[in-house]
Amino acid sequence: MNSDTVLRAQDVYKSYHKDRIEVPVLRGINFDVTTGLVTALVGRSGSGKSTLMHLLATLDQPDRGEIQFQGKRIDNASRSRRDRYRNHDIGIIFQFYHLLPELSAIENVLAPTMIGRSAWNFFRHRKEAKKRAEAMLDRVGLLHRASHKPAEMSGGEMQRAAIARALMTDPTLLLADEPTGNLDTETGLDILKLLTELNQDDGLTILMITHDDSIAESADCCHRMQDGQLQQGIPELLIA
Amino acid sequence: MHTDVPQSIESKERYMYRWLLCFRYLRTRYIALASIISVTLGVATLIVVNSVMAGFSAEMHERLHGLASDILIECHASGGMPDPEGHLKEIMKVCGEDVVGSSASVHVPAMLGIDFNGQLITRHVNFVGLDPATYDDVSHFGRYLLHPKNQSQVNFDLREDGFAPDREQFPSSGWGYRRARVAYERALAEEQARIDALRAPASSITNEDAGPSLAIGPPQIFEESNKEEITEFDPAVEQFPGIILGISTCSARMRDEENNVRDHYYCRPGDDVRMMFPNASDNAKVVNQKFTVVDMYESGMSEYDSTFAFCRLDQLQEFRGMIDPSSQVRSVTTIQLKLAAGADLNAVRDALRRRFPPNVYAYNIQTWRDMQGPLLAAVKLETTILNILLFLIIAVAGFGILATFFMIVVEKTRDIGTLKALGASGGGVMSIFLSYGLLLGFVGSGAGLIGGLLFVDHINEVATLIEKITGQEVFDPTVYYFTEIPTIIHPFTLVWVMAGAVAIAIFASVLPALRAARMHPVKALRFE
Repeated sequence: MNSDTVLRAQDVYKSYHKDRIEVPVLRGINFDVTTGLVTALVGRSGSGKSTLMHLLATLDQPDRGEIQFQGKRIDNASRSRRDRYRNHDIGIIFQFYHLLPELSAIENVLAPTMIGRSAWNFFRHRKEAKKRAEAMLDRVGLLHRASHKPAEMSGGEMQRAAIARALMTDPTLLLADEPTGNLDTETGLDILKLLTELNQDDGLTILMITHDDSIAESADCCHRMQDGQLQQGIPELLIA
Repeated sequence: MHTDVPQSIESKERYMYRWLLCFRYLRTRYIALASIISVTLGVATLIVVNSVMAGFSAEMHERLHGLASDILIECHASGGMPDPEGHLKEIMKVCGEDVVGSSASVHVPAMLGIDFNGQLITRHVNFVGLDPATYDDVSHFGRYLLHPKNQSQVNFDLREDGFAPDREQFPSSGWGYRRARVAYERALAEEQARIDALRAPASSITNEDAGPSLAIGPPQIFEESNKEEITEFDPAVEQFPGIILGISTCSARMRDEENNVRDHYYCRPGDDVRMMFPNASDNAKVVNQKFTVVDMYESGMSEYDSTFAFCRLDQLQEFRGMIDPSSQVRSVTTIQLKLAAGADLNAVRDALRRRFPPNVYAYNIQTWRDMQGPLLAAVKLETTILNILLFLIIAVAGFGILATFFMIVVEKTRDIGTLKALGASGGGVMSIFLSYGLLLGFVGSGAGLIGGLLFVDHINEVATLIEKITGQEVFDPTVYYFTEIPTIIHPFTLVWVMAGAVAIAIFASVLPALRAARMHPVKALRFE
């Protein structure tokens, strides 16, 4: 494994069963995410890219193959290790934001910290945590909306809040599942710009899943998926 | 970007977020309010019912125990047990260190006859001859008498007046009333005699031929035991042997046309009544004796108030012939013992039974609990059944919580997926709903506790309000002799009711919490 590879999918297979019929979704995926780059995974709907992202995020487990994080298998790690991996090692943003509607923007940003720490630990460091949450909101340009609930925010603002939440635990890798899929073009471009800035300014490694080729063009490296397989050939490096 | 993971996080409980979400759910999910209200009502009802039952039970214990001594030694022989002093010495040998008071008495079944407006009212009573000097040492007999002075010292001499000062409707009683009544009866008799004399001057019709007198005087239907003595008796200045009647033996409580509760007295202190009871000889004969009512006895226990009458022990012994003519030793039928606080009643009873074995002595030795066993057991059973039934209400509330939580889990499926995607464990997600159940239980039972305590504190006002609204008395004073509904709050009861309610709320949330914990994160995130 290349020392620059932060996440690797190795010969990954995944099928779903519907009415006792096996529907193969991923068929022998081999895939690397390189540190410091924005990697795009492009494909049409149903190509299996979201399933792959779920496996990479350990939200699901492959039928066969391995997922490795920093050279160690993560897919068959203990539950608590996988929970910690999702909580601390990676950040995830979704197409539909998935903010908790009962919490304000800043509370949503604080959520990973609250999940990752004991009550006592959180209370002891709550001021630092709040300061960091405000910094994250400021980083995504949403500090003025800190006390607003998701229902009071626009789609773009919700996605910014979701990005701030994903950054809260200072992750090694950001997994973005169709981050602009639910936004208008202009807002989508703003979000892409923000992600690019995060990569360029902070060196954040990003894996972006999208069906939109134009979005994929902004990535450093692009993989194309079709029918549960990555298209053969060397990944397309888009760095100028 | 750093990649070091603080290992301490893994081992620690990470459930900080659960409380935040619980409180938010509590504030935003109004459907949970229904669950809270049902828990609140259940807890409040349990507290009120337990308080009232405890109050009734304590009042009943107090009254039953107040009427009966700790240990009762009854002799079944008609002549009673001779030499009570000798018996007491033996008793003191057996359990002297536990005995703090004793009193001998005579109990005999009797027929009470009251002359009321020319009619004879008869009642079967338990006639008790008691020693005024010692009877209050073994029971709270005095406190239930109507005259305040008799309450502090039992006395069988008729008092001038001052009976039941706290009852406006209680009729005028005592010597004042007796003198006025006798004067009235005499004036009536003289007037009747004058009218009779004017109507039949020529004829030789005597008073004896004129039929029964309408005058309210000594009843004519009884065979006087000593006519000569009665004829010399002046009721205006003298009294017969004193008797204290249970209030329900000589009164009836009913409602008037305006629905007010009124007591109607067939006799009152200052009136004369008759008692018929068997003498103590082997060839029993009925003794027919007049007594003057000197006070009334109201314990609030209808069983006692409607069946007991009391007179002086020495007088009843004389009337029944319970004095040995040669030795002048008096017999009694009952010895009552008061034991020191904390003494083991059953142990003393058993020791006395060993000393006076039933195959030798016709004695029945019982504690006051033995005597009232069925009644006390019935109240206890009633309380237990009520508690079970009322806890079922909270159990129903628990099913409400179960249904509500299942709905909330379905509603929150995507949020559960989000939490898992953010690193929340199954246990953490489960803890959200368990904590939510705990919180619901606490809030519901806390509100129920406050509501229940307030209700108990104002139960009499609430009863009055209910009476005004429904027009029906909650505790009918013709049935219950309580001026106020008795309530007692036991802290232990509050604790177990609240703990039970919280436990039910938590149990009810276990299944929905398990379902949430087992939810697949991907399916949850895709849920629509």
